[in-house]
Amino acid sequence: MTPTLLSDDPQAVFLPEDRGQGSRLELTGTWTGDRAPLIEPLVAEIGKRLAAGAGARIEIGKLQRLDTLGAYVIDRLRQNAAVDGTLVQITGARPEHAMLLRAVAMRHDEPVKPPPRSGMVNMLVDVGAAVVGAWRDLLGGISFLGEVVVSIIRQIAHPARFRSISLVNHLEQIAYHGAPIILLISFLVGCIVAQQGIFQLQRFGAAVFVVDLTGILVLRELSVLLTAIMIAGRSGSAFTAEIGSMKMREEIDALRVMGLDTVETLVVPRILALMIGLPILTFLSGMAGLCGAGLVAWLYGGIGLDTFVSRLQTVITWKHFSAGLIKAPFMALVIGVIACIEGLAVKGSAESLGRQVTSSVVKAIFMVIVVDGLFAMFFAAVKF
Amino acid sequence: MLTAPADQPPISNAADTAKEAVIRVRDLKVAFGPKVIMEGLNLDVYRGEILGFVGASGTGKSVLTRAILGLVAKQHGLIEVFGQDLDKLENEERRQFERRFGVMFQQGALFSALTVKENIQVPMREYLDLSPGLLDEMAMLKIELVGLKPDAADKMPSELSGGMIKRAALARALSLDPEIVFLDEPTSGLDPIGAAEFDDLIQTLQRTLGLTVFMVTHDLDSLHSVCDRIAALADKKVIAAGPLATMLASTHPWVKAYFGGERAMARSPGRHRAI
Repeated sequence: MTPTLLSDDPQAVFLPEDRGQGSRLELTGTWTGDRAPLIEPLVAEIGKRLAAGAGARIEIGKLQRLDTLGAYVIDRLRQNAAVDGTLVQITGARPEHAMLLRAVAMRHDEPVKPPPRSGMVNMLVDVGAAVVGAWRDLLGGISFLGEVVVSIIRQIAHPARFRSISLVNHLEQIAYHGAPIILLISFLVGCIVAQQGIFQLQRFGAAVFVVDLTGILVLRELSVLLTAIMIAGRSGSAFTAEIGSMKMREEIDALRVMGLDTVETLVVPRILALMIGLPILTFLSGMAGLCGAGLVAWLYGGIGLDTFVSRLQTVITWKHFSAGLIKAPFMALVIGVIACIEGLAVKGSAESLGRQVTSSVVKAIFMVIVVDGLFAMFFAAVKF
Repeated sequence: MLTAPADQPPISNAADTAKEAVIRVRDLKVAFGPKVIMEGLNLDVYRGEILGFVGASGTGKSVLTRAILGLVAKQHGLIEVFGQDLDKLENEERRQFERRFGVMFQQGALFSALTVKENIQVPMREYLDLSPGLLDEMAMLKIELVGLKPDAADKMPSELSGGMIKRAALARALSLDPEIVFLDEPTSGLDPIGAAEFDDLIQTLQRTLGLTVFMVTHDLDSLHSVCDRIAALADKKVIAAGPLATMLASTHPWVKAYFGGERAMARSPGRHRAI
């Protein structure tokens, strides 16, 4: 024992043996959780010495304090010895300590854990699960899209069932409140693209072609991509969180038992609002991008506003303008469907809500880019 | 589940600890803006007792609990725990005091990202220096003490039933062997059999571990069967405190309605004998 022990530190003293009864051990001090760093080595040491002997008596009458941890480790000495066929008795306990010892004396069987698999097998299992999961996501998405379409057709047939207030509310959230940030980032991206374009084209003395470059790029691709990605992050995540927290608190079930269709009440207004809002925002984004490009063309390339506009009029045809806008509703549909599916997939816990929101945003942005790529191939094939 | 021998007296009855107030609230005022929740409130909780705290919904039972725990600021008054005014303690001292509390929130407040076992281990990891093996064994012991099956240990809170959540929350509240346990409506949402089992569990644990229990409850069965004393909150103060007999003798209209109502009468021991 170290000499610096405090008087109430846990201690064990082996007393002289009495007439073939095995060893006698007296425990003193405070055996509580905060003394665990002292108790654990002490108990390990006692355990070793008890294992060697033929039996023992542990006297705990002089213990000052005992909590469940102390009681548990003392009782564990007895139980471990019993497994080896050695009898260890605990004697002299005060009534409250005896009660505590009885309470902790139960030994439970460890729950059976599945045997660990090798790393390789685990990896293959994960890959397989991911492939099956992706396939299920795709099928689930298509079937959900079908439900949405059927619901929309039903609402067209019965316009009274259409949730116009909900639609307007979501449209306000998506388009009206989302417009400033989208205008700002589109303006900035227009500036940046125009600046780089001018730097590269000036070397060929063709700085004026920056108008063609930015005009086509912004209207065909950037406006719709930027808007869709921003909306996936802004509104898609909000949809998943709203629907997910309703699912968590059984509000979805409450709707269902009232005979209301969740697709009709929650999903269709959101998806329609997205499909109306996203083209509007795409248009605004395109205009903001062109403004940014015009400003930078004047500042860096010395191209005046009149030159910029007249050049724009000659190169930008209706085709370029509409190519961006045509894509917007499809992207809105993808974002909306993914957001609603993920929201409805939320389970009971807050953690699950967080996971589904993340997954909603990631999947939506990924799918937006995939859809954009498909449209690029399609437009090229039909020479649009 | 553990069973306390009925013949042994609770530790709390030991003469040397009798009538020592572990929580002392004097002239407490709590208000949210202009809305005064409690004013001039006095309350004592004695060592080793189970105090049932009753009051109509919205009268501030939970607010008082939260004020004692320091989660809600008080405007005026004194709250002493173990003879110490918690407001006057430095942060480190306060942490040492808070170790001696165990709190079971009404909805369990189990951390949803952690399994039951990990939930129970959170305070142990924070305050105790245990080896990983002992940490696991202690968590399993607490799980067993509150009557959960060992296979509940690795479940997430979202996979538990209402009764299991209550038990797991109790196990977490007990993880550091606290001296005072605060229970906020421990039996709400449980079926009568489950609630009775939970009451027995609280009583058994209180005897075995020598706990002081502060229990906010609406459950008349709990008040009858396990509470040593009852305190009733109305008109922004504790209007009556004492054993059940005191409550039954009270002339305050709310207390009379609560304990003299049909539901209460049906449960009173006198009525049982009459039948």
